[in-house]
Amino acid sequence: MTAAFGEERSPSVGRASTAAPVQDREERILGIIETARGKRAKFRDERITMSHGAGGKATQSLIEGLFVPAFGSEVLEAMGDAGAVETDGVELAITTDSFVVKPIRFPGGSIGDLAVNGTVNDLAVSGARPLALTLSLILEEGLAADELKAEVAAIAAAAEAAEVRIVAGDTKVVERGAADQMYVCTTGVGRRDPRARMATDAIRPGDRILLSGTIGEHGTAVMLARGEFELDAAIESDTRALWPVVDALLEEAGPSLRSMRDATRGGVASVLNELARASQVAMLVREAAVPVDPAVAGASEILGIDPMYVANEGKLVAFVAPEAADRALAALRSVDGCERAAEIGEVRTEPPGMVLVETSFGGKRVMDQLVGDPLPRIC
Amino acid sequence: MKYVDEFRDPQLGRVLATEILAAVEPGRHYKFMEVCGGHTHSIYKYGVDDLLPANVELVHGPGCPVCVIPMGRVDDGMAIAREPGVIFACFGDMMRVPGSAGSLLDAKAEGADIRMVYSPLDALRIAKQNPDREVVFFAIGFETTAPSTALTLKRAKAEGVANFSCMCSHVTIVPPLRALLDSPDLRLDGFVGPGHVSTVVGARPFEFIPADYGKPIVVAGFEPLDILQAIRMILAQLADGRCEVENQYARVVPYEGNPRALEVMAEVFELRPHFEWRGLGFISQSGLKLSDAYADLDAELRFSVPGVRVADPKACQCGEVLKGVIKPWECKVFGTACTPERPIGTCMVSSEGACAAYYNYGRFAREREVV
Repeated sequence: MTAAFGEERSPSVGRASTAAPVQDREERILGIIETARGKRAKFRDERITMSHGAGGKATQSLIEGLFVPAFGSEVLEAMGDAGAVETDGVELAITTDSFVVKPIRFPGGSIGDLAVNGTVNDLAVSGARPLALTLSLILEEGLAADELKAEVAAIAAAAEAAEVRIVAGDTKVVERGAADQMYVCTTGVGRRDPRARMATDAIRPGDRILLSGTIGEHGTAVMLARGEFELDAAIESDTRALWPVVDALLEEAGPSLRSMRDATRGGVASVLNELARASQVAMLVREAAVPVDPAVAGASEILGIDPMYVANEGKLVAFVAPEAADRALAALRSVDGCERAAEIGEVRTEPPGMVLVETSFGGKRVMDQLVGDPLPRIC
Repeated sequence: MKYVDEFRDPQLGRVLATEILAAVEPGRHYKFMEVCGGHTHSIYKYGVDDLLPANVELVHGPGCPVCVIPMGRVDDGMAIAREPGVIFACFGDMMRVPGSAGSLLDAKAEGADIRMVYSPLDALRIAKQNPDREVVFFAIGFETTAPSTALTLKRAKAEGVANFSCMCSHVTIVPPLRALLDSPDLRLDGFVGPGHVSTVVGARPFEFIPADYGKPIVVAGFEPLDILQAIRMILAQLADGRCEVENQYARVVPYEGNPRALEVMAEVFELRPHFEWRGLGFISQSGLKLSDAYADLDAELRFSVPGVRVADPKACQCGEVLKGVIKPWECKVFGTACTPERPIGTCMVSSEGACAAYYNYGRFAREREVV
């Protein structure tokens, strides 16, 4: 049964009656709420809590309420994964990221892999071919040299695989207890690909939503590696560089690609919510079409977590004009490791800024932004 | 997933939805309360209400154990958590529930050592690993979780873990239901009974609902087909003019409950004369405290707690929303003094509460509840 959701607001099909007229007082209250929600988030908290780092509502209040007003730059306002800098006709993309994952090694990868892939992926999904990285290390006093050597090797290998060079670096050591083993910060520079025409606010009703593969592996692998759940499953992080995936999409559907994001912290749900807000469109996701590995589905079921909110480190969501969707999907599936790519939904007009899910059971619900932090320090 | 997917079959769901549509009397409006927060979660997760005819309305009940904890008790918990040397252990969703000045999450950011645990036994393990620290477990929940707290306390006593104690905020299911049913303005036609609680207490304790109040109740499981089938069964009772306790969840719930769980609860806990519920006020004999035999493990006796009652603002009308008397937006403080960021009543605390859902989903939520 379909519910009220579409180009016009209409009562649900299959329902016996129609919507009662909105009373004045209810209309006024809906108005107050909508005005309050439409406003840029304010940062009013007295202290930083873990939820400010979770990528959900609290993070948004920090970015929109503190950083953007303080730095007042148009590039930041665009809220992309990477910022654009133009010099002498060359368009560069710049991005930066810090990695605090715990534990530093987990099935399928380590903090070193993430530090390279996380940053090059932010460049790639902005339509920029990654060129070079800087690397900052914050090390805890007492860290075993072998641990550091292993991570340096991981960084070197990941950089080689992603075809980027490490061109500058810095090291700081803090007292035991002032950091947890090691934190890694990387800054990446890329060159904007001329085939890319993407923007966070370019998504239009009718566009199709593509996902590059199965979701939830990274977050679940890290969570299980912490050993807090006495749960064992063969799940590996999906950490990888996404440029080859982006390259294939640009080649096949360049001008028809509206926007792209890698679905890291906060998962696919957070990406969809951020972009629905940025483009002021609605999104409809078909839950049954979202590929999830059975082991991840099982672990999520037991832990009471929705895989749509779980972090990935090698998956992207792409918004494509409808006429190019089939070609783009075929291009995606031709890339090694993206065989399970899928079209998971489409863009609508109403209600703007909101993401709806058609559940595999046949009902419909809102997929909200993440509130609070179910899984801290996942990347 | 085997043994799970069978209960989520969309085709069977459509069959049940058609049967429900056929069982509904045209022109009659039905309001059923699902008592348990677990049901609310499933209904939300699978969009179960989307499969119901417009004149079958589900009212979310008081069965979310986190949301019913009053502000004063959160304040007490925070006071203990801030004591020097204390490790305060609680369930994750309890950390966001606001007290009169912030939540446990805020207290953690200010330096209190607050740990998220998944089971009371995790808290006991922390106590054994940190013998020089006082470890306090903030116990919440209905009869569903009370037995595991009871077993943990028994083990702590048997093993002589002296640095472990428990701040008991367990509640019982029958008194709040009776309080709701006692109110003269109640507008409910039947109940989807709490499945998890019933695995412990059984279905028998709910016999008073048909007997004393003339309302049908069907104890239900938590998969979407369970819930639809329970609604189908309530509608059948109403159509047949029957009014009884039925057990849809017989694959898990024995009618008489779990005698061993009840026994260990009786040993470790005793009823408080009264307990305050957020949004519902004081309800007599609705909360549990540690029995005299376990008083040495009672954190409220071991530490000095303020114990100050923080009144819900007078304007809060959660009780009426829960009874189905008013819609969320008709509450005096809805959307102004009471918002998801600064909730006052139980219906706004949890994202699945009726008021929070209405606030977050606005017009979309409204269209779903057309009459």
